Amino acid sequence: MNMRGKLVTVHDMTLRDGMHPKRHQMTLEQMVDIATGLDEAGVPLIEVTHGDGLGGSSVNYGFPAHTDEEYLGAVIPRMKQAKISALLLPGIGTVDHLKMACELGVHTIRVATHCSEADVAEQHITLARKLGLDTVGFLMMAHMNSPDGLVAQAKLMEGYGANCIYVTDSAGYMLPDDVKARVAAVREALAPETELGFHGHHNLAMGVANSIAAVEAGANRIDAAAAGLGAGAGNTPLEVFVAVCDRMGIKTGIDTFKVCDVAEDRVVPIMDHPIRVDRDSLTLGYAGVYSSFLLFAKRAEKKYGISAREILVELGRRGMVGGQEDMIEDTAITLARARGLLA
Amino acid sequence: MSQKIKCALIGPGNIGTDLLYKLKRSPLLEPVWMVGIDPTSEGLRRAEELGLKVTSEGVDGLLPHVAKDSIQIVFDATSAYVHAENSRKLNALGVLMIDLTPAAIGPYCVPPVNLKAHIGKREMNVNMVTCGGQATIPMIAAISRVQKVKYGEIVATVASRSAGPGTRKNIDEFTRTTAGAVERVGGAERGKAIIIINPAEPPLIMRDTVHCLTEETPDQAAIRESIHAMISEVQKYVPGYRLVNGPVFDGNRVSVFLEVQGLGDFLPTYAGNLDIMTAAAARTAEMFAEEIISGALKLEPVVA
Repeated sequence: MNMRGKLVTVHDMTLRDGMHPKRHQMTLEQMVDIATGLDEAGVPLIEVTHGDGLGGSSVNYGFPAHTDEEYLGAVIPRMKQAKISALLLPGIGTVDHLKMACELGVHTIRVATHCSEADVAEQHITLARKLGLDTVGFLMMAHMNSPDGLVAQAKLMEGYGANCIYVTDSAGYMLPDDVKARVAAVREALAPETELGFHGHHNLAMGVANSIAAVEAGANRIDAAAAGLGAGAGNTPLEVFVAVCDRMGIKTGIDTFKVCDVAEDRVVPIMDHPIRVDRDSLTLGYAGVYSSFLLFAKRAEKKYGISAREILVELGRRGMVGGQEDMIEDTAITLARARGLLA
Repeated sequence: MSQKIKCALIGPGNIGTDLLYKLKRSPLLEPVWMVGIDPTSEGLRRAEELGLKVTSEGVDGLLPHVAKDSIQIVFDATSAYVHAENSRKLNALGVLMIDLTPAAIGPYCVPPVNLKAHIGKREMNVNMVTCGGQATIPMIAAISRVQKVKYGEIVATVASRSAGPGTRKNIDEFTRTTAGAVERVGGAERGKAIIIINPAEPPLIMRDTVHCLTEETPDQAAIRESIHAMISEVQKYVPGYRLVNGPVFDGNRVSVFLEVQGLGDFLPTYAGNLDIMTAAAARTAEMFAEEIISGALKLEPVVA
């Protein structure tokens, strides 16, 4: 398909989804350093919060090095052209967090729900729109719903006031045809002025291919992270996606070499481990499991002697959804007890 | 004892209907009215079939009948947004409100922890926190009665089919009210609550996880004993309340993994979140009913 001249808004995930592999321990200096680099490279929108969104600070998901207020307050005043977004998962964060982020000057609020539970987002989407924010409905684990099912959920969010809807492949499970089927169905059902986005994970190394498939099917916002820094095997690698867009004539407004340098010089050096498709992150994509479960499963493997892969497969079999990090230790203990490794 | 205290229920949804089944079995409470707002509602039809008087005109449809039908206790299972108005109107007629919404305008009640503390206080509105709160706050209290809990966090996961429209619209009120009760009833210095709705088919049984951070190194034996004693207390009114794993001790973290299986009164047994809420509300109302019957508690109109 010829996509020459098509405009795509690239939304950076390095400082939000990238908080998962950093166990939410990024320093303010690291955030500002990366954000200013992305800003100079022409990235138009950058997400900043705890990996699990506003209010994610918890035993269950991890206590961050700094509060959401501190991160947003450090990054927002330093931006020359880029806008800042914040993620909010109803059930974890509340409208109080949303108001705080708005007061600090975020441009975009993304309200995230499981792909079949959009109606828990009504109060947050309604308020974000009322506050005049760019308001996004973010349907997670989209592989678990059919194209028609996603259409119904997307329309609910659009009805509450979202001006952009995301098809979110939280597990990095989808293949390009799965992406196209969902994005195309949602595109057709929404008002033409409602934007449509895709968020990918690279667990089956499909991040770039899936994102291009989404653009072909009508998406105009694409999430990506510099050097792929994100949960699981990471997000769609931003610099690779931008380079591919250049080759295809898709306009992102981002300087490819500058963003490559941000990835190489500012992001790779802060990684705690290489972000790559290893046997465990591959299992996320293969079994359809929420990507941020990865490090929790690896920790449970060390503590309880059950392989991370086996824990992840069991979580997938039991239909666990985003946010159920508590069930990782629980599942590991149950498996260890069944095997006589624990009393 | 043959005398029963007459009750009404507002909100014929999942919670109201499940509560109705429990009240029908109560030796102390007699459900008389079910109040809704939609004349075509399935919940109202079901209540009518069970022999209740029904109105679809909201709380105003009930008010003219309060005196002549001797309604003394009303359960509100609507939403946090309308509870205050319902409560004001009924308190003015001398009716005691049991609030099953997360509005929390009255004091919190989690029966195994603080039911007895409500005796003799002449309260006209008692709040039942949330289903997640009823399932987890007994565990926070079991740990905090052993030693100081600096931080208490709960994760409640309910099956999508058991989360009705009220719960979904009130998700922020759920997390706020639960976190407040983790502190004020559970005894944690700071509280946090998380709710997850899981759509898996067949539906998952309600799961609840409690994480506490203690100030000093946890006294493992004492905490374990306290938790098991508290579980027995909860099981007296919710037999399907069960410890799945834990307590896990990891530094100063104490984690408890629970599940709550329901009796299957209205929704099937996976919906333990309905049972733990409605059983707690029924038990609380029975305590007040005993006081009313014995003459210790006289309900009087509240002048607004």
